[in-house]
Amino acid sequence: MAGKVKWVTDIEKSVLINNFEKRGWIQVTENEDWNFYWMSVQTIRNVFSVETGYRLSDDQIVNHFPNHYELTRKDLMVKNIKRYRKELEKEGSPLAEKDENGKYLYLDFVPVTYMLPADYNLFVEEFRKSPSSTWIMKPCGKAQGKGIFLINKLSQIKKWSRDSKTSSFVSQSSKEAYVISLYINNPLLIGGRKFDLRLYVLVSTYRPLRCYMYKLGFCRFCTVKYTPSTSELDNMFVHLTNVAIQKHGDDYNHIHGGKWTVSNLRLYLESTRGKEVTSKLFDEIHWIIVQSLKAVAVNASPSLTSSTANDRILKYNLINDTLNIAVPNGEIPDCKWNKSPPKEVLGNYEILYDEELAQGDGADRELRSRPGQSLGPKGSRSRDSGRTVLTTWK
Amino acid sequence: MLQEESDLSLIIAHIVQKLKGSNLYAQLERQAWTSLQRPEIKLESLKEDIKEFFKISGWEKKLQNAVYSELSVFPLPSHPAAPPEHLKEPLVYMRKAQGSWEKRILKSLNSMCTELSIPLARKRPVGEQKELLNKWNEMGTDEPDLSLFRPVYAPKDFLEVLINLRNPNYENGDSLSFRTHLGLIQVPLKVKDIPELKEFFVELSLNTGQLGIDDSTQVPPELFENEHVRIGQKVLEEQDSAAAQQYIRQGSPTALRAELWTLILNISGQSEDILYYEQLKANVIQHDLLVDSLIYKDVKLTASNDDYYFVFEDYLYQVLLCFSRDTSVLGHFAYNSASPPKSYIRGKLGLEEYAVFYPPNGVIPFHGFSMYVAPLCFLYHEPSKLYQIFREMYVRFFFRLHSISSHPSGIVSLCLLFETLLQTYLPQLFYHLREIGAQPLRISFKWMVRAFSGYLATDQLLLLWDRILGYNSLEILAVLAAAVFAFRAVNLMEVTSLAAAEAVLADLSTLKVMPLLQIFLFATVT
Repeated sequence: MAGKVKWVTDIEKSVLINNFEKRGWIQVTENEDWNFYWMSVQTIRNVFSVETGYRLSDDQIVNHFPNHYELTRKDLMVKNIKRYRKELEKEGSPLAEKDENGKYLYLDFVPVTYMLPADYNLFVEEFRKSPSSTWIMKPCGKAQGKGIFLINKLSQIKKWSRDSKTSSFVSQSSKEAYVISLYINNPLLIGGRKFDLRLYVLVSTYRPLRCYMYKLGFCRFCTVKYTPSTSELDNMFVHLTNVAIQKHGDDYNHIHGGKWTVSNLRLYLESTRGKEVTSKLFDEIHWIIVQSLKAVAVNASPSLTSSTANDRILKYNLINDTLNIAVPNGEIPDCKWNKSPPKEVLGNYEILYDEELAQGDGADRELRSRPGQSLGPKGSRSRDSGRTVLTTWK
Repeated sequence: MLQEESDLSLIIAHIVQKLKGSNLYAQLERQAWTSLQRPEIKLESLKEDIKEFFKISGWEKKLQNAVYSELSVFPLPSHPAAPPEHLKEPLVYMRKAQGSWEKRILKSLNSMCTELSIPLARKRPVGEQKELLNKWNEMGTDEPDLSLFRPVYAPKDFLEVLINLRNPNYENGDSLSFRTHLGLIQVPLKVKDIPELKEFFVELSLNTGQLGIDDSTQVPPELFENEHVRIGQKVLEEQDSAAAQQYIRQGSPTALRAELWTLILNISGQSEDILYYEQLKANVIQHDLLVDSLIYKDVKLTASNDDYYFVFEDYLYQVLLCFSRDTSVLGHFAYNSASPPKSYIRGKLGLEEYAVFYPPNGVIPFHGFSMYVAPLCFLYHEPSKLYQIFREMYVRFFFRLHSISSHPSGIVSLCLLFETLLQTYLPQLFYHLREIGAQPLRISFKWMVRAFSGYLATDQLLLLWDRILGYNSLEILAVLAAAVFAFRAVNLMEVTSLAAAEAVLADLSTLKVMPLLQIFLFATVT
C-alpha cells in the first residue's frame, strides 16, 4: 500500500521531529492508524504490559523491543548474563570455555556482582575475602548516574542486610533493589581522568540478531583528576562520568562538555599504546556488546537531550541514520521484511553482527575465530566498508 | 675545489666543537675507555678496532644521528669572517624590524607589570610552594583571577608589523605591472614557485603512496600501507635519523609516530634529561614569574576550549611553565633573528652586570602559544618526554613563526609564498577577494602562525607535522593555506565581504590535508 509513513511520538524533541518532517512523513495521534511510534519508556510499558497492552499490527514499528528493560535494569542484566553463560556451558559451547582458575576465557566481562538485598549474605562472604576492596552500589532501575555511591565498609550498606533491624519494620520489597559490583579502581586514564564510552547500537531484528553500531560514538570525561584514594570515594565528580552529574561540577565547560569522539580515542590509543592493543580493545568492546545482546534484549533510554551544539547535530544524524535502517526507503513497515538493508543506507552505522550472514558462512566459523585474536588492520578495514561482515569474530 | 674543501673543514670543525660539549661525547669517551677491556681490541690496531666496536654496538649510529641533527638545525656559517648577527639574520632591515618589534613587546609586558604592580619574578613563600607541589598534576583546577592580564600580543598585531616591513634598498618604480605584488607583504624575498615546490616535495606526488590518502578504507592495505608500515618498523630498528626523516615524508603510521619523531628530533630520553626536567619543575615551584599568568590565561582561552585538547590542559601547564625557565633554550637565539629580552635587577637599570634574560628562556608567549604543545599530548604522556619533544620542535621550527627574518621557513617568507601562489595560480580569486577588502593573508595568517594547530582535526594535523619534520621546512604551511583557498574557491568567489570570507573558511576541521596538497601541487592545471 503506497503512502507516507504515519508517525506518532510522545517525546517532544526536535532531533526526532525534524527527521520525521524532512522525510515528509505524516504526524498522527496514537488513536489513529500509525506506522511508526517513537515511544517513551512509560508508553512502551503500557503497550506491552499484560493488562493494558495491545498487539501491534503488521505495519507498525516501535522504537523499543518489548523486553528492553532486560538490558536497562542492572539486576536483570546481571541475571541474564549469568544465565546465558550457564546455558552455553551446558550446551558445551566453546565460548563458555574456562581457564585453570575457573574464569571464563571469552565471557568474563562483568565484574563480580551481587543483587541486594537478595544476595546480601553471599556478598558479605565475598567482601570478607578482600576487606580492603571498594565496591560500587547502583540502583537497579535508575539511569544517568542517579543514586550511585561507593563503599569500602560493610557498615555503609547495613540497610540492605536481610537481618537488619529495619527489615522488621519495613517489608523486603520496599527496600530498593541495588546491584553491588567490585569497583575497578585502576581504570584507563587519559590526561589523568576517568572516562566512559557512549556507543549507539541499533537492533533491527532480534531473531535473527541484526545489530548496527554507530561509528560516531563518544567518550565522556570526568572534570576532575582520578584518584583511587579512599578520601575521595564520596566525590562523584572523580568517579562518575555521566554528563548529568558532571554538568553540575564547577569546572564543567559548556563549549565541549568533556567529550571526545571514539575516533579521537582510537587515534590517541594507537599513538600511545600501539595498533595491536587498540584493535584488540575495540574488538573486545564489540564482542561484549554482541554477547550482551544475545543474552537479553535492547536498551531503553538514551538521552535525547542535547547538551551542546555539536551534540544536537550528532543526535539528529544518529536518528536520521536509524530511521533509514529501520524504515528503509520510507516504505510502510511490513513485519515480513527480513532482508538486510543495502550498504548505502547504513550512513554512519556499521554492521556489528548479522546472524543470518554469520550462519550462512557455516557453523565452523564460530569455532575458528575467537575474540582477542586480532586480525590486524585488515580485520578492521573490512568492518568499516561493511563488505565482509564478521572478519574478526563470527 | 679548494673553496669546497675549506667549507667542508669549516663545517666539520663547527660540528665537532658543538658536539664536544654534549652528553653524547662524554658517553662515547666512556664507551671507548671501557672497550679496552674487550678481547677484540688490540693495541696495534687500536683506532680501527674501537671504530669497529662503535659500529657494531650502535654508537656510531648515535653519533651519525647527532651530526645529522646538527646539520638540520644549525645553519652553517657562510663565511668564516661573518659576524654572529649574520647567523641570526643576514639582512639589516630585517634585524632592525625585529629589534623594534621586540622593544614594543617588552614595553607592553613592563607596563602590564607596572599597572598591576606585580613583579616580573618573585620567590614563593614555603606554604605556597608546598601547595603548588601538591597541585602539580591538576593545575587546571586552579582559578586564579586572570581578568586583568592580557596576552602580550596576538597574531593580528604581529601581522600589522609584517605588512609595514620595507626594504629601504628596494625601489621597483611607480608603475604597476603584472609583476606588482598585490598582497600585503611588500618585501622582495625569494620564494619557490610551483615547479620548484613540485621538485622539493617530490615524495608527495600522485605516483607515490601517502599516508593520509592511500591508507583510507577504500584502498586495500596490500597496495601501500602494509609495506610502508613494515619499512617504518625497520627504520626504527636501525635507529637511523636520516632514514626516518626521509621515510616520514610519506607520512607516519599512528602507532610508530611517537618513536619516529623522537628519532628524527634526536631525543635520547636519558636519565639526565629526566633529571633536567625535574630541576625545571623545582624552579617553577620555587619562583613565580609574571609570564606564568600569561601562560595560564592562554591555556584557559585556547586549549581548554578545544574539542580535542581540553583533556590535556594540565600537561600544558607542566610543559610551558618549565619551558619558561629553561635557559638551554637561549642557545637557539644564535640562529634566531630574535634576541631574548633583558631585564634588570631592581634598582640596577642599565647596568649590564645586573641584566638577566626575562623570562629565563627568552621567549615571551603570545595568544595561542599553548597550541604548539597541545597536539603533542596525543603522542607522549610522560611529562619529561613531552617536554623534550616540544622544546626541540620549538627551537627547530616554531620559533620561526613569530620572528621577523628572511629565512625561507620564516613567517615573512611563508606569507609571501602564500600570497604569491594565490596571485599566480588563482588570480581571479585573489583579485576578487582583494576587491571586497578581504586580503587572503588576513584570514590565513593565524593558521600559519599556529602551524594549523586548533584548526585541523588532530589526525590531519599530525600528518601535516610529519611532513614538516620530513622536509625540515615550514613551507608546507603556506602551500596548504593556498590549497585550502583553492578548495573553497567557488564559495569564496561568491562572497562580498571580509566577514563572509571568514565564514567560508571558519571551519577546517573536516579537511583532509594530503589530498588537498597533492591536488594543489600536482593536479592543478597551471
